[in-house]
Amino acid sequence: MSKQTLIPVGPYHPLQEEPELFKLYCDGEIVKDVKWETGYNHRGIEKLAEKKSYDEVFFLVERICGICSTSHPFAFANSVEEIVGVEITNRAKYIRTIIGELERIHSHLLWVGLAGHFLGYNTVFMWAWKYREPVLDLFEMITGNRNSYAMFKVGGVRRDIENQKIPAIEGVLSLVKKKTDLLVGAIMDDPVIHARTKGVGVLTRQDILDFAAVGPTARASGVDIDVRRDDPYAAYPLVNWKVITAEAGDVFAKAEVRLLEMYESISIIEQCLSGLKKEKEGDVDVKVKHIPEGYGTGRTEAPRGEVFHFVVSDGSNSPARHKIRAPSYTNIATFKKSCVGQSISDATISLAAVDPCYCCTERLAVAIDRQSGHRIMNAKEIISHSASITDKLLQHE
Amino acid sequence: MGFKSYCFKKSLWLFHFGGASCNNCDIEILDCLTPRYDLERFGMLLVGSIRHADVLLVNGSINKKDKPRLLEIYEQAPKPVLVVAIGACGCTGGIFAEGNTFAGPVDKIIPVDVYIPGCPPKPEAILAGIVKLLGKN
Amino acid sequence: MVLNELQKTFAKEILDSEARSERRVTLRIDPAALIPISVHLFRELGFRFIIASALHTKKGFEIYYHYSYDSTGLVLNLHVILDQKKPEIESLSNMFEATNWIEREMHELFGINFLNHPNLEQLLSEGNWATGEYPYRKTFKSNEDVQA
Ligand code: SF4
Repeated sequence: MSKQTLIPVGPYHPLQEEPELFKLYCDGEIVKDVKWETGYNHRGIEKLAEKKSYDEVFFLVERICGICSTSHPFAFANSVEEIVGVEITNRAKYIRTIIGELERIHSHLLWVGLAGHFLGYNTVFMWAWKYREPVLDLFEMITGNRNSYAMFKVGGVRRDIENQKIPAIEGVLSLVKKKTDLLVGAIMDDPVIHARTKGVGVLTRQDILDFAAVGPTARASGVDIDVRRDDPYAAYPLVNWKVITAEAGDVFAKAEVRLLEMYESISIIEQCLSGLKKEKEGDVDVKVKHIPEGYGTGRTEAPRGEVFHFVVSDGSNSPARHKIRAPSYTNIATFKKSCVGQSISDATISLAAVDPCYCCTERLAVAIDRQSGHRIMNAKEIISHSASITDKLLQHE
Repeated sequence: MGFKSYCFKKSLWLFHFGGASCNNCDIEILDCLTPRYDLERFGMLLVGSIRHADVLLVNGSINKKDKPRLLEIYEQAPKPVLVVAIGACGCTGGIFAEGNTFAGPVDKIIPVDVYIPGCPPKPEAILAGIVKLLGKN
Repeated sequence: MVLNELQKTFAKEILDSEARSERRVTLRIDPAALIPISVHLFRELGFRFIIASALHTKKGFEIYYHYSYDSTGLVLNLHVILDQKKPEIESLSNMFEATNWIEREMHELFGINFLNHPNLEQLLSEGNWATGEYPYRKTFKSNEDVQA
């Protein structure tokens, strides 16, 4: 038997209720197997939701994941509104869509930055995060908080976006558009990024179907699914946009899909803003007095893929059962396919390509496997290893 | 100058431990590193191992599975070490305090020097908290 | 369209059906027919598995298997009701990977047994609660509840 090295990645990796410890079993440079361990971040949110009233659940589901802190309230609102059978006002639809798309922009920028970091390309990291800040400022202006916006409620939204704020939003959008051009130029044309990401971490169409992966991960492998179009909600049927797909299924394709989606988001927001101008100010809320017995399903397309909520109501003040499925839940399982057979340094970017809220680089590798005495390489070393491969490539150029 | 303040006189290195958090606090901590806030101008650096760190940043509610890990990390830290609890979750457990796996809050597990409340605290608040920590010693 | 065909193929196994709207349909099925119906949905009709939700009610343990048919935006819920005392059902994970985690999760949270699951190991509970305790059952008492 050949000697295998265990490389733990994790465990602190708070992406859902399930942050994980990935164990990469390697033979030399090559990853032979991936195992995962979860439970470090289990907070029992589904259970907690049963103790809270419908109004409070919004604040709870917002705190499932800080990066997609709109998509969960969005899906929850959709499912409760399905139980009640209420139609929200157009102005509320536009506002919901604007918040959702702004979030997609900031989330994709965040991913681009981290992906750069994983390649040992810290300039991309710093740039992308720098240009994410104006988007967060915008959120602070509209909602009062940089993340966790508390904008949603059953029957509409909590705050209006007053028409006088629209020019400021448009200003930020045009800035973001320019900076996206810059990032797209920097990333799409860079020979080193091509060399590091093309053909790496490939997922075929069949893999996607088997693992039921969703979102940009699926769309980069040519699986054309997007809940915003397939099962439209909020203002998506009222605006023009298109679903971005790519065929290759590798890390580069995933980056491409995300970058191009940002342009679509910008255009959706612009159309929503002009829609807002036509609606009456302040008309954002339909009163819902009682939530009847029944069940409802709500779906939204989060930056990482489809969010699914299933709410069962028994007619009381809080949900009888609330099931939450976040996109990473299915996307993460694809690591088994995308990493095995790759070298260690490519494994990090393959893991990151799915965008499992990989914010926690600094907290990797705290697990120490004393009993087995495996040689352990920490995240820093993996990343510097990855950076050294980039350097080597640069010298060959 | 006491021994403790001597230890923390120069650039502080930070280690970040995220428990069962929602990720927002984590992102805001990382945000402190990026060009707008630029924590590194104070000589602070996020490091990959607690053995190199002077300050342990803890955010998120701590669940039962995290608790032994947090204790282990605290034990591995070179002493003296400063502990900062970040966010509502770190300070009290926040919205997750009623959960069935909750084992915290942080100050029930390890001694805490500074609390930075907020959900999530803004990067400015995190910076202010850490700078106050410097003044305290 | 797809639904009519499905109802024809599995006329006996589908016990009950409820359409909330064009895009939300629930079929209550015989638990024994779960595998053939799922295989048919997945392989022949091209449905995508979303997730499964378990709940504990007076009727016993109920599982909703949610499938999506992306070309029309249909969400199809397959509803099975399992025994109160001894909840068990065939695992789908030998067919496709997507159900692997959720079945392990339901096993831990509700104590539903999935027969022939490839690895019904712990997913979340290790260190968080003891094996044999099922926190999402209605009969579960947490420490605080016991003290109160
Ligand atoms: S304090 Fe708030 S933002 Fe921070 S981890 Fe807790 S819930 Fe998330």
